[in-house]
Amino acid sequence: MSVRRIDPHAERIRRNRLHPRHREFARPAWRWTSAEGVTRINPHALGAIGPNGIKRLDRSGASVEASIAGGGQASTEPARRQITLEVPSGYIMVVPELAEGRLSDHDRDLLGLARQLAGDTDLAVTAVTFLSDVAGLEEAGADRRLDLANLVDAETYDPESRLAALVAAERELVPSHWIFADDFPGGGDLGRRLAARLTSDGVQEARPATRVWQVADGRSLSRAGDRQDIQRDVPKILIALAECADPVSETRHEARPMTLEADNAAIEITAGIVDRGRVAVDPQQIPLAQAPFILSAGRGVADWAGFHHAADVLGASEGASRVAVDDGNMPRARQVGATGTFVAASCYIAVGISGAVQHLQGITRCQRVIAINRDPTCDMVKRADLAIIADGDAVLAAVCQQLGRPTPVPAATEERCHDAA
Amino acid sequence: MTLPESKADASDVRTIALVSAGRHVVSGRSDRAREDARAVEMGLKLAGDALTLVHAGDPEEPTLVECLRGYLGMYHGFDMARGFDMARGVDMVERRGSGGGCGRLDLLSMAPSDDAVPMLAEWLEAHEAKLVLTGQRAECGEGSGLLPYLLAERLGWAVVTGVAAIESVDGEAVTLLQALPQGQRRRLTVTLPCLVAVDAVAPAPRQSAFGPARRGRVDVVEIGQPAPDADRAAWQFMPARARPKRLKVVKSANARDRFKAAAAKSEASGGRVLSDLTADQAAEKLIEYLRRENLLRQEKISAAEGDQ
Repeated sequence: MSVRRIDPHAERIRRNRLHPRHREFARPAWRWTSAEGVTRINPHALGAIGPNGIKRLDRSGASVEASIAGGGQASTEPARRQITLEVPSGYIMVVPELAEGRLSDHDRDLLGLARQLAGDTDLAVTAVTFLSDVAGLEEAGADRRLDLANLVDAETYDPESRLAALVAAERELVPSHWIFADDFPGGGDLGRRLAARLTSDGVQEARPATRVWQVADGRSLSRAGDRQDIQRDVPKILIALAECADPVSETRHEARPMTLEADNAAIEITAGIVDRGRVAVDPQQIPLAQAPFILSAGRGVADWAGFHHAADVLGASEGASRVAVDDGNMPRARQVGATGTFVAASCYIAVGISGAVQHLQGITRCQRVIAINRDPTCDMVKRADLAIIADGDAVLAAVCQQLGRPTPVPAATEERCHDAA
Repeated sequence: MTLPESKADASDVRTIALVSAGRHVVSGRSDRAREDARAVEMGLKLAGDALTLVHAGDPEEPTLVECLRGYLGMYHGFDMARGFDMARGVDMVERRGSGGGCGRLDLLSMAPSDDAVPMLAEWLEAHEAKLVLTGQRAECGEGSGLLPYLLAERLGWAVVTGVAAIESVDGEAVTLLQALPQGQRRRLTVTLPCLVAVDAVAPAPRQSAFGPARRGRVDVVEIGQPAPDADRAAWQFMPARARPKRLKVVKSANARDRFKAAAAKSEASGGRVLSDLTADQAAEKLIEYLRRENLLRQEKISAAEGDQ
């Protein structure tokens, strides 16, 4: 415990109300330590005026101190320590997935794992990206960033040219570790390609550890088949699962850009794989648990033909609440929630669903939730990122209208029906 | 699911499936590996009973051969394929019938601690394989999913993982669909010879039947010099531990924030609430939000289709 020191000069100014600097010293006067070392509290200075104009006492003191002393303590995010690394002794390369161009939780875990491996040494954690302008690498823990966007087309699937770029980085920087995300066909694919290439090039200890879920005491634990774990010394290449390490939370790094000396001409590629582009997938054929975009209906929907049409227009998979399924309006396979499917959509539109607990459990992993409901007090509106207080059927009809495909007359859509499976 | 397009030279492409021992999810009995079975199914649809299976393992092991016979039990149902081919041309029937409907599996003999990659590479080269199908990851042993990559690197072939379907094969290249996250698909053209690792989202395999499993031939093959897997000797295998659940740790300087975080209900996350809108205004806001978050992908696809 630190000893509370008393500044007699300040004490004197605080007592003397005529002193020209009295106000600035008297500010945090709701609690102070007297000359005898006893903590004094001025109850009149304590508390803050609440939203209803009534004085409120908050015993934890946060809001009071915030209002009186101008908020130094009340910030929820503790300040991060800035760390700069001028001359690294080596490199740890991390290849984040960057789905949708942003760092995911898995990517942060990978960078956290790299920081854990770097420890107190001067190894620079380097994020290798195939995209420019990735935000948040500083907070995620990258000392350096190596942008290979000029060597590789980020849009197309071209593992061979990506591999060539990584091999060039390996030759030039000789990093002590490579860390990939174990996802197919992203980092898991690229990491294994790199491992195979380095093995055939005769690099020592290039056999990677895959599905790594923990690194402790210089040993890595990776999941093998048949309910087994493999424990081994930390290899050069780690292909790690999500939650393999804690993300960086206390420090901030500089993510200084760096470039490779190798020029593009030096990289020769045998084009065995040609990307023919994305295939349009029928959203209704995607398993509900994987669907990226779900339009879900509940008791508040009356115009079912309009709902199916809206799902078609938006290109969304159809979901339903339990009530809609029990009423026979949607098949059981489409039910979202604890008794149905747990979904992980990047966007979930709930039309006329009030948000029972079981339903909200089913959508916890959704990134964005939009609620369309007539009741502004329901739980789904509280959960939603965007809530529209309106009639669901009318809004969906208007959406179809504005997207240029108005809802057809009901007779034409009657042939559409679901299996009652 | 579209049937693979059977061009004239599609059946000339020598198709091999690499299979491994698996384990039933519930009972724990030795069984076909799920992804390997899907690869065999894909191969049977493509090449009929001309498909050859390969496994590198210890023939002395009692359950292994029984387990591998599970894959040979999948060599049935070709009559359907023949009837289907009758409509196209008669020569397909003869080609497909060349194996007499029986499966064939080559078991490359090696000790469990040996490295399978050099033997498999040698076998594939000796048999002039063009298209090699396998599961993405073994269910027993190391299960790292590295084997296709190491084989491809050694042979100098192309390798693709996460394959959901093969659309067509001709003498030069194979066109296939690769599974992406969130149920999406990507079309790839890969030059032959190549290795294809099949994802778990591929069409379900047919059942393994008893009769074809008995009739199928298992040949034990001695090839090359089995070399022990040196890297693996230093590893330690142990029963899998449950992964610890990550705790939600709130790092905050004051007790108030920590308490609030611990006691907080999952409620309003700072979402916007729009009320008193007409349906048209609401729809406008909704579309605006979806466009901003880049979610109206359907628009792009339909626009692209309109161009063609």
